[in-house]
Amino acid sequence: MTKNIRKEATIWIGGEAGEGIASAGDMFMRTAARSGLGAFAHNSYQSVIRGGEVVLQIRAGPQPVLSQGGDWDFLIALNQNVLDHHLRSAQPKAAALFNADSVTPPAAPPSAAWRGIPVGELLADLPRNPVMQNTVLLGALMFLLKIPWEVFEGSVRLQFGKRKADLAETNVTAARRGWEFAEKNFPPPDHIALAGDGKRRIVITGNQAAGLGAVAGGCKFYSAYPMTPASSIMHWLAPRASRYGMLMKQAEDELSAINMAIGAGFAGVRAMVGTSGGGFALMTEAIGLAGMIEAPVVAVLSQRGGPSTGLATKTEQGDLFQALGASQGEFPKAVIAALDPVDAYYSTVEALNLAEKYQMPVIVMLDLYLSEQNVVVDPESLNPRIPIDRGEVVREVEGDYLRYRDTPSGVSPRTLPGTPGGMHIAASDEHNEQGVLVSDWYTNPSMRTRMMGKRMRKMEGVLHDTEPRGFIREGPEEAELTIVGWGSTFHVLEEARRALTDGGHPANLIQFRTLWPFPAQKVLPFLRSAKRIVCVENNYGGLLARLIRQETGVEIPFAIRKFDGEPFSIDPLRKALEAVLVKGAPAVQTLVSSKLDLPVVFE
Amino acid sequence: MSAAAEYRSGVRRTWCPGCGDYGVLNALQNACAALGIERHNLVVVSGIGCSSDLPHFMSAYGVHTLHGRALPVAQGIKMANKDLTVVVTGGDGDGYGIGAGHFLHALRRNLDLTYIVMDNRIYGLTTGQASPTSDRGHKTKSTPWGNPECALNPLALAVVGGATFVGRGFSGEPVHLAEVIRRGMAHKGFSLVDVFSPCVTWNKINTYDWYRPRVVKLETKGHHPADRDAALRQALRDDGKLPIGVLYETDEPTFADEEKSLQGEPLLKSRIELTDEEWNALIAEFS
Repeated sequence: MTKNIRKEATIWIGGEAGEGIASAGDMFMRTAARSGLGAFAHNSYQSVIRGGEVVLQIRAGPQPVLSQGGDWDFLIALNQNVLDHHLRSAQPKAAALFNADSVTPPAAPPSAAWRGIPVGELLADLPRNPVMQNTVLLGALMFLLKIPWEVFEGSVRLQFGKRKADLAETNVTAARRGWEFAEKNFPPPDHIALAGDGKRRIVITGNQAAGLGAVAGGCKFYSAYPMTPASSIMHWLAPRASRYGMLMKQAEDELSAINMAIGAGFAGVRAMVGTSGGGFALMTEAIGLAGMIEAPVVAVLSQRGGPSTGLATKTEQGDLFQALGASQGEFPKAVIAALDPVDAYYSTVEALNLAEKYQMPVIVMLDLYLSEQNVVVDPESLNPRIPIDRGEVVREVEGDYLRYRDTPSGVSPRTLPGTPGGMHIAASDEHNEQGVLVSDWYTNPSMRTRMMGKRMRKMEGVLHDTEPRGFIREGPEEAELTIVGWGSTFHVLEEARRALTDGGHPANLIQFRTLWPFPAQKVLPFLRSAKRIVCVENNYGGLLARLIRQETGVEIPFAIRKFDGEPFSIDPLRKALEAVLVKGAPAVQTLVSSKLDLPVVFE
Repeated sequence: MSAAAEYRSGVRRTWCPGCGDYGVLNALQNACAALGIERHNLVVVSGIGCSSDLPHFMSAYGVHTLHGRALPVAQGIKMANKDLTVVVTGGDGDGYGIGAGHFLHALRRNLDLTYIVMDNRIYGLTTGQASPTSDRGHKTKSTPWGNPECALNPLALAVVGGATFVGRGFSGEPVHLAEVIRRGMAHKGFSLVDVFSPCVTWNKINTYDWYRPRVVKLETKGHHPADRDAALRQALRDDGKLPIGVLYETDEPTFADEEKSLQGEPLLKSRIELTDEEWNALIAEFS
């Protein structure tokens, strides 16, 4: 029955933090990338270093795979709790793999095929290592998925060879025994057949892509204070920075991180910071400093569930207004929300260019979902030769120099310290064209008015530059439903849109990536001509919908929202979108990943 | 025009007549002249407060930053271009109050820059509230029954915090002050120069006349700045005397000596575009 054979599979790997889920996931992803498959991994975890439950959700299939999928076809349960908690999320004909020495399948009627493996017996002659059960179970899974052994073996060697050659050898043996045990004892599934296209690709996370964008975009100074989920940008840059004449500086706090970056930007190097909402809150006063002294700086804001410490290891799109409203007063800035890891790369380079060209702060918004998603991408999708625009810099000064000269574009060519004749003061107080402050002792309304106008005029250029990539449109012109979203929800929305369209309900999608300056005039015709609009956001209040109303006057009547810390997954999202099409549809639908609702555990 | 006068911007100085900060400005200009620093390679960075207006009066590059954030901005400048001479100026509220966290970490980071704190033991620009260096019992607008907190001891803090140069001067001793600043700027590493800089408007206790009989010049007392214990003893003196001069100086590796990314040319001169080889090597890491 070939028509029932699926070309993709959803695999969950669950256990306690510290049980080696990350390394199992890395091996899986590399194997997929090297065997011509697409794959997408989303890690659902808790903020504890060891213990707590972690579930890595992976979907594999024909490239590209751009969201984590839904319920599992295969579960690797590294402990009893994982099996017990996630039984209900099994798809029909699913199989659960576990170590039969330590995990007992429940007596209740099975919702999946039990694939217990006697790990202790299989590894009796090998050095004891509790984490090696992952390798055995992964070996069995690879057999069931019919992945070529050599490709998988290469990934195991790569994973462990970094540490020790004999460790790699032991793990290859363990993987092989899992593989052979499955070959002997488990029938391969007849409803799933993964087939790669033979092309070798790369695996990258959103944060790695942002780090790569920093390096390719000529960033020479990155400063940060550790904060999930932004820290992995720091971790990726730290060992590499010195190779590219770049400094990665861990600062004493976020106040210092951004002020250092502003200093570096003033001195003439491309500078960037990365943080999450709480750290960004501390940075906001300095965002205004950059606006006032017209120093270039890029801030990557990877959102997590708020407010306050909030959901430290969960995703949310709750910081839009924080980014838009960062710092007191009015000044030019840009806010870009990246769509996916590839776009995180481009957004970072774009932000570095905008920051220098317009001498202003630029905020790149990611979220935990995007920062940490691990995806297979075509290496060609990352263009290493994006033009770098350093903006107007005066290298040799002739005559009198005015740092804040009132120009038609609002951009005043700047000098860098070290340039003879270009001396000036960059003041956080209101100042004149020279830079000398006028705030205190010369009450000077006309100068104030002129300088505000000069700075704010820069936004015309910024809008001109950002509008072309302000939002992405997908789907037919004529549609029953227009879906609107921003940033990291792009692919799951597009997948849902296609499913709707294929199901006889033509739908189109408007996905915003530039939130400020808002591309209002460009988007307005599409919003006006839409039959029925729904705005889908990973937050409580419908922040984009509010921004759209503010900037265009268009009220979006329907909303699908999720603020439980988990990203949208395709099946519930599709159902919610279908519900919008029904007469009398609810104005707001709130989705919850209720299947992951776990009780608090007391000792 | 004297050598020091070259460092004057010509912007009208707006401190109150008699303010200690005039003496600090003159001393800084004299120190720069004595060291022959090129004005275009000098960056003076300040926070917010009366004393933080100082960069406006210098002919040099300047950044007048946020309250408490002068040190991070200055450190960012120095890390980006280590060829520049960076001087940070501010007050006691700016550096020891709202910016205290940065002060502690700047000490141990030991970037080669000079931090001049114009310490008047009061918040002047905000019209006279208690500051971190106001003495216990000091009556101010915010402490009408006397300051209930003890004063912070910046010199002792600097010595134990890892500073490699700790000096102090007094606006009423301009020649001595210029020499302490000159030595601080000549020092390789982070140098703190705390200056008694009386506020003639809001602090009627710690006046020039109050300081004059109390200050003791360390140079005349056989003090050895290399002796850390002696420096700490001077910083912790409780005999009513206030030591001025170079308390402590030691030769330690600077941040730029230690940081791998700063071993070569300044970051400012790094090549911007990646070569094909560099790009391919980066992509290979992901495959």
